[in-house]
Amino acid sequence: MSTETVSQIDIDRTRGDFSYPESHTFDAGTGLTKDTIDYISKVKGEAEWIREFRHRALEVFQSKPMPTHWASKDLENIIFENIRYYLANGQKPTRSWDEVPEDVKRTFERLGIPEQERKFLAGVEAQFDSEAVYSNIKAAVGEQGVIFCGSTEGLREHPEIFRKWFGKVIPTGDNKFSALNSAVFSGGSFIYVPPGVKVKHPLQAYFRINAENFGQFERTLIIADEGSEVMYMEGCTAPKFETATLHSAVVELVAMKGAKIQYVTVQNWSANVFNLVTKRAIAHEEAEVKWIDCNIGSRLTMKYPGVILKGRKARGEVISIALASDGQHQDTGAKMIHAADETTSNIVSKSISVGTGRATYRGLVHIPKHLKGCKNNTECDALLINSTARTDTYPAITVRGTGNSSQHEASVSQISAEQIFYMQQRGLTEAQAMSLSVNGFVNDLVRQFPMEYSVELKRLIDLEMEGSVG
Amino acid sequence: MSTAILESAAVLPTTATPILSAGPASPEQAGAWEKFTALPMPVRTDEEWRFAKVKDLDLSGYVQAQPVDDAAREELLARSEGLAAVAGRMVFANDQLLAQETLGAALRQQGVLWLPLEQAVAEHPELLHKHFMREEAILGGQKFAALHASQVRAGTFLYVPRGVEIDLPIEAFHWMHGAHASVFPHTLIIAEDMAKVTLIDYYESADAAAPGLACAVNDLWLGAGANVTYVCVQNWSRTAHSFQMNSTVVGRDAQSKSLFVQLGGQHVRSESVSHLRGPGGRSDMLAVTVAAAAQEVDARTLQIHEVPNTQSDLLYKNSLDDTARTIFAGLIRVDPGAHRTDAYQKVRNLLLSDEAEANSAPGLEIEADDVRCTHGATCGQIEQEELFYLLSRGIPKNEAQRLIVFGFLNEVFERLGNEPVQDNLRKLVRAKFAAPRQR
Repeated sequence: MSTETVSQIDIDRTRGDFSYPESHTFDAGTGLTKDTIDYISKVKGEAEWIREFRHRALEVFQSKPMPTHWASKDLENIIFENIRYYLANGQKPTRSWDEVPEDVKRTFERLGIPEQERKFLAGVEAQFDSEAVYSNIKAAVGEQGVIFCGSTEGLREHPEIFRKWFGKVIPTGDNKFSALNSAVFSGGSFIYVPPGVKVKHPLQAYFRINAENFGQFERTLIIADEGSEVMYMEGCTAPKFETATLHSAVVELVAMKGAKIQYVTVQNWSANVFNLVTKRAIAHEEAEVKWIDCNIGSRLTMKYPGVILKGRKARGEVISIALASDGQHQDTGAKMIHAADETTSNIVSKSISVGTGRATYRGLVHIPKHLKGCKNNTECDALLINSTARTDTYPAITVRGTGNSSQHEASVSQISAEQIFYMQQRGLTEAQAMSLSVNGFVNDLVRQFPMEYSVELKRLIDLEMEGSVG
Repeated sequence: MSTAILESAAVLPTTATPILSAGPASPEQAGAWEKFTALPMPVRTDEEWRFAKVKDLDLSGYVQAQPVDDAAREELLARSEGLAAVAGRMVFANDQLLAQETLGAALRQQGVLWLPLEQAVAEHPELLHKHFMREEAILGGQKFAALHASQVRAGTFLYVPRGVEIDLPIEAFHWMHGAHASVFPHTLIIAEDMAKVTLIDYYESADAAAPGLACAVNDLWLGAGANVTYVCVQNWSRTAHSFQMNSTVVGRDAQSKSLFVQLGGQHVRSESVSHLRGPGGRSDMLAVTVAAAAQEVDARTLQIHEVPNTQSDLLYKNSLDDTARTIFAGLIRVDPGAHRTDAYQKVRNLLLSDEAEANSAPGLEIEADDVRCTHGATCGQIEQEELFYLLSRGIPKNEAQRLIVFGFLNEVFERLGNEPVQDNLRKLVRAKFAAPRQR
């Protein structure tokens, strides 16, 4: 069996490839100026300080150059003038299922979310275009004092809780795209979990892009107060369009003393989306933050979830799966900034490159001076399916002083011909055998996802692997 | 030591030309000088200089080196102690040939050329044309490679014809003499098909505290089935600036082993590239760094697998004391179609002080699928249990620590598989351990 004979795969994207007539009551047009921002701020009825925050961010965005010295050249293909920075469906966030418009419900049907599951969800926060269309906070969650709302509502109704941390984990000037998000953000989830509250059911949000040339700039801020626990899940699919779409989110997590946050993402944007996301968490004393991140879709993803380990014994973890198919570049990774004694971090990344796909791991581990007992473990494994596939690994590790340790390991391999032969001998087709091998490669990570996601994930991997062998 | 600095500073000729306004060493080198002046200095945001203190790269204080006098010549020749048994030896000071122990008549008859660079340029222009700095610096040191090309006058040229095996190592000493002197040692090894040779370069300063600039290039060319071992011991003064650009081209079924031992220098930059250009070729890239005081040792490596069926194996070990910093940024690159590549890369840092800092950036860029590529980077400290074991056997703490560090580094030396050479390297490392510290 020779891998050279393997044909290019044809991505099956019919699953997300549909759209409904657009009827945008609020539309800021294309391009980005001060007027766009004033318009967004006015439509949302925002406080003056938010409008000023947006204006400052716009200045930062315009003054910052595009990332150049390591970023993909593909970024140059983003034409900022052609992007719609804001539009809403003309709907306020709704609270009951009956109020959700029919076409939106149809989209849910196509996404394959069963009725049973919808009822089961602790709270559904579905983002259609740039405004949260549907926000169903289950009574139980609200009773516990948990706030789960959109960014606009969060800043308007609970400024005393959210303003303190808003834009503090990821400052506006962190990078060009976080500045862009700060200028035009809309949608996303703001969550506050009171001290000691353990949220039983995962909080979920489904995101959809449903308009051509339209970027999504959602803003998420999760604050888990002392000793609380919460799991948040986001999954994305997007319809296919002719021109590139920009998705640039900012996600900030704050885990107070002893709190636990798990943030799960399954990213399956269509193959024309630029997915440039900034995600970072602060973990205070004895807090735990875990990013579980799976990237299957998009044209180019650049995403490096990070944890700032600020308090003693804080723990950060990134579990990352990337699947890069034809024409895709999954540029993912992790950042661990140790800033207190006895902090530990763990990064496990697995990537699969198929066809002309390219998977890149970029890592940053920083253990500065005078810290004691800090530990980092990094493992990156890459699997190459075809001879045209590509994988890169670029970790950067800085360790200072004698009290700490770090280890990094990475390997690149291909599916062993013997394994495939063995399975074929037992009656599996080559494609089935490949699919099984790939699922086996990522299985230990997939198992860490919540059950409904891991099932979906396996199905997505099977879909992507379809036709990757001939 | 401090009086020695004063003396050497006092004898510094007032007419010495600063290296930045020296111009090319010969009319033929004018192009390189132009390139040097045209290229910008590295800046902090250059990916190839990530982690490095680029503001320390100022070369304005260095001047052209002056020829050494007879007294210094005698002293340096006496201090050029290498291996007991060698096939040949050259000694340079300030880029001037002091002495040459030529190869035996038998080797000369077989066509082996072992010449000072200047003589090789005059007598074998075709070989020089084909090989001299033909592989350009590509890891960020372009400007310094151009400076070298514009100033180089001295070095060793070794040509081993097809099938000739030289059993004993060949040695070259490069001395830096006088404060603020600049030297540009060059090493060019051309091993034809099935040839075999070992060459050792020693970089030394006459005064272990005198500032100076060294900008060296060493290039290795391996024909089919050739076997070359190259060792470079960098032990410039503890205030020197050291730049070093190495490239190794490995032909079919050839085996290259290179080892860089970094002992001296205040700011050390080492770039090493292996081109695996023939199927069956293998390159072992080794380095040992003993960094102390405020040394910064910045190593950049690249393993390029250009054709199928090649191997590379990199092992860099750093021990860091005081406020020393090390940087390792390495990349394994597998070109499209270079199947059945087997590449390995490992950097290990042993931190001995709370102020020491190790930066590691091991990288992979893989464009072929039938490959086995692995890399690893670790940072750690001396295990308390190991230390306790030695202490409980009556070994004083300092000595115990040294033993552990020594054992850690020795693994790299053993990869050479040449006892006399390893012994000599261990001796040099011990001398560094014993040297008085300037914190």
